[in-house]
Amino acid sequence: MLPHLDAAYNLARWLMRDSAAAEDIVQEAMLRALTYFASFKGVNPRAWLLQIVRNAAYTSRNLNHGVQFVPIGETAEPGIIASDDLVSDADDPEMALIKARGERQVRELITALPIELRETLILRELEELSYKEIAEITRTPIGTVMSRLFRARRLLLQDASEGGTS
Amino acid sequence: MIAALKCDKMLLVQAELDGELDAAEAAALAVHRQECAICQGAAAELTRARALIGDDLYQPVRDEFRQRIIAQLAAAASPRIPPSLGWRRRWWPSAAGFGIGAACAAGLTALMLTSAQIDLTEQIVAGHVRALQPGHLEDVASTDQHTVKPWFDGRIDFAPPVKDLVAERFALRGGRLDYIGGRPVATLVYQRDKHLIDLYGWPATDVERSPETMQRQGYNIVHWTRNGMALWAVSDLEPSQLREFVEAWRRSP
Repeated sequence: MLPHLDAAYNLARWLMRDSAAAEDIVQEAMLRALTYFASFKGVNPRAWLLQIVRNAAYTSRNLNHGVQFVPIGETAEPGIIASDDLVSDADDPEMALIKARGERQVRELITALPIELRETLILRELEELSYKEIAEITRTPIGTVMSRLFRARRLLLQDASEGGTS
Repeated sequence: MIAALKCDKMLLVQAELDGELDAAEAAALAVHRQECAICQGAAAELTRARALIGDDLYQPVRDEFRQRIIAQLAAAASPRIPPSLGWRRRWWPSAAGFGIGAACAAGLTALMLTSAQIDLTEQIVAGHVRALQPGHLEDVASTDQHTVKPWFDGRIDFAPPVKDLVAERFALRGGRLDYIGGRPVATLVYQRDKHLIDLYGWPATDVERSPETMQRQGYNIVHWTRNGMALWAVSDLEPSQLREFVEAWRRSP
């Protein structure tokens, strides 16, 4: 399961919207995965672990109805826009700054998405899972996965345009 | 702006961008799209939405937390290892994958190393047989080596060589990840007629090794090492044809 630790954390972090809560969830999920590994009969350990992470996240108090107030600015952790990021795009510091701002904005917009859209988007775009795998992890029909993904992307684009590209 | 109009094919447009359509479905959609302004608009929007999400949004674990988890798993795993451990052959690859996590437990590490040395060939065959179950053959299905190769980026810590041998009548079908010998490995899937060939690859300790042919459970296996990559081809093809595949692979630039 360790090769999938980053995947587990990434999902937990996006679901919980808080790094400490995400670490708690991942810790619980990893131990649960260890306990139940003997009964694991699948072929995709990453998807299996992500399902455990998701279950743990959903049963935790903080995620009760997928409604949680997150003040703007708290969504991006300090240091996330690391100076490295700015320097690495060395060709044009100003572009890099705009880019970094854009990333931060996108991060906030995704964080603000309803949880069922957010998790679908994260599993597809960041974990690059197939519709089928997402359907299994979220226990949702593939058609619903597709429409959620569509809504998530639309909302993201809409919000990004409304937020302005200043 | 965002199209308010709807077409019932819009989700298919999205599925195509996500690489979820097969060639026939994609072709049918292309015909429709030429005449559907809504779907054209949707494709443009979806492409822009996808571009908004960069890899930098990925949130990896802190090193300190990773260490903590490793220690906890090791502590939790060590008293729990029963002598038999139920290493049923069929599930060995997954079990080996998990083993990486638990490998911190010294006893398990020893167990895995021994098993890995003895059973590598059997794991290869088991992986191949498992992949032949419906729906398990490829994680990325494509005949294009320029699609298959990048798919491995970020999934494994090495770049497997991907070659298209369609000219030699070995058509690339796609790729997937497997767990062999306790580590993630790249698997390429080729096909000749009705026969499938799995080609496993991972970084090797020895640099060069000539092809060596083996047989297990009715499957033919050829193992060789090239440019620091250990390569294992397994198939139900005749040994001579599998050998031909290996030679074609080795000749190909």
